[in-house]
Amino acid sequence: MAVYEQTYKPYTGKLTPEWSRFLIIPRHAFRGVFAYKLFIAFYVICFLPVLVEAILIYLHHNITALAIMDLNARQLIPIDGAFFMYFVSIQGGFAFFVALLLGPPLVSRDLRNNALPLYLCRPFSRTEYVLGKMSVLLILLSGSTWVPQLLMFLFQSYLEGFTWFRSNLWIASAIVIAGIVWILLLALISQTFSALLKWRIVASAAMLGFVFIPSIFAGVFNSLMMTRWFSLVSLPALMINVTSGLFGVFDPVAGRFQLTVDDNIVREIVVLEPPLWTCWVALFLISATCLAILRWKVKAYEVVR
Amino acid sequence: MALPASVPDEPIKSQSAYSGPPVIDLHGLSVSFGRRQILKNLRGDLRGKAIGLLGPNGAGKTTLIHTLLGFHQPSAGTAQIFGLDITNQAKEIKALIGYMPERDSFIAKMSAVHFVRLMGELSGLPPDAALERAHEALFYVGLGEARYRRLETYSLGMKQLAKLAQAIVHGPKLIFLDEPTNGLDPPARLRMIKLIREIRDSGHAQIVLSSHLLLDVEECCDEILILRDGQIAVYCNLEEERKSNRKFLMLETRGDHGKFVDALSRLGCEYAVSADHRLKIVLQEGIEVRDLYRLADETQVQLRRLSYKRDSLEDIFLKAMENGYGGL
Repeated sequence: MAVYEQTYKPYTGKLTPEWSRFLIIPRHAFRGVFAYKLFIAFYVICFLPVLVEAILIYLHHNITALAIMDLNARQLIPIDGAFFMYFVSIQGGFAFFVALLLGPPLVSRDLRNNALPLYLCRPFSRTEYVLGKMSVLLILLSGSTWVPQLLMFLFQSYLEGFTWFRSNLWIASAIVIAGIVWILLLALISQTFSALLKWRIVASAAMLGFVFIPSIFAGVFNSLMMTRWFSLVSLPALMINVTSGLFGVFDPVAGRFQLTVDDNIVREIVVLEPPLWTCWVALFLISATCLAILRWKVKAYEVVR
Repeated sequence: MALPASVPDEPIKSQSAYSGPPVIDLHGLSVSFGRRQILKNLRGDLRGKAIGLLGPNGAGKTTLIHTLLGFHQPSAGTAQIFGLDITNQAKEIKALIGYMPERDSFIAKMSAVHFVRLMGELSGLPPDAALERAHEALFYVGLGEARYRRLETYSLGMKQLAKLAQAIVHGPKLIFLDEPTNGLDPPARLRMIKLIREIRDSGHAQIVLSSHLLLDVEECCDEILILRDGQIAVYCNLEEERKSNRKFLMLETRGDHGKFVDALSRLGCEYAVSADHRLKIVLQEGIEVRDLYRLADETQVQLRRLSYKRDSLEDIFLKAMENGYGGL
């Protein structure tokens, strides 16, 4: 079917392996994503905390630089699990806004333009479609969350030595697991709202609401009821607990309150965080619900029964 | 060519000239949406180079195409395309087919060449080959000059052509075209019909064309499948159907044609008399028109008009709608 021949001819060449076809979607999507200079600027800003982190790690190991700045190594934040958790959390926050920018139009645009039959009439399944759309976010968010944090861990290991690396290998696994769990959740939630609501703005607003409204509700009711169990409906609170658990800094005691009468302590109330397993179960339930909604909505055609 | 009346369970055998394996083989295919049964026990093997899918609105044309594409699961029975089962070999089937949907379907914020290339890649073509064939397909359908324009800026006719380009970019063996001439002006419609005929005549792809425009089907298809209420009303080869009706004559007579009719009866011709001296006659083997002239002379009847009546697709369609499934 050469341009000059103007005839219909079948294709007889090689075909790409089936397993790799879901990656076609992110490859084509990135062309559109990186066409926006505003997005590129924001994505670059996402790496500023990593730069600060690298400087802090470097300063810890450079006596000359500390002397010039008139600092003592003890005055700097210690580089341990809490240090990496802090930066993982900051990167997680940026990842949320990247997902908020990119996620909602991914499926909704296809639904609005009836593009799903075009994808699904090919040797390309619904699972591959969802995986492909999620990969757009997973690849970009990996690049700004756990991958740079892992590089920082390796940078610290290089400067500190092999013994530190070996004894702190669990930090690397915590970085990878916390990063992947967070970006998977973000990708699932944004795709779900994208599939549910055909309009990008509405889907973005819904995603924002899903994260912040339950958090406000949880904050108010936790304070009123002197408990932390309402945190189970707050995605940020769940992620903080899970990440703390992974980095070994989870404190089950959220706070202590003392009831006093005439300066005498009458009663002490200990407010406990919900157990870690309940946070994992809550995250699992959110993911399962998202998958069920995606399974329901991502179809070539809606069937009117 | 008529279907076995009132026995829809019997599979329909294609009487087309094509003796190869069937393109589509329906094995009691039924599809239900909730309690509503859309397709009812469809049976038959379709073999034509271009099969026209006809039927009134709601007859199940689009549902049949969607089921064959794997978008809906059959509630009973199954179907095969090129010998592959639609329920458990859907992926293999999809590698062999192209689909042009009825509704406006495209991927937003993409140029036509980017869109068709993406569709080619999703069908398994490597990126370079997909890009090359995207250019070729767009030139082939007549969008060569507009291929770098965004699809949102295309007119309805151009969008239809872009949909055709994405359906053929990977060189499928079977192409489903759902209402391809919808919304096209006459020149654009003619161009689309010409392209469909060219693809059909290339011999590299077979076509299933769903349309409610009988003229489109008549111009492009050699076989037709008419659906009514989710059942097959007619499946026939148009050319064969026309050939079989070559001996179907319309006569207009003057004078008392009682003796003439009796003579026809003795000759073994089937006939029907209408009030206004018109006769419909089916000539039997071995009987020629000159025999009719001789009979008219012998019975003193004037033959004022004699014409071969060939069933148009409209006749076939209307009869199918009147009769229900079964005979013509």
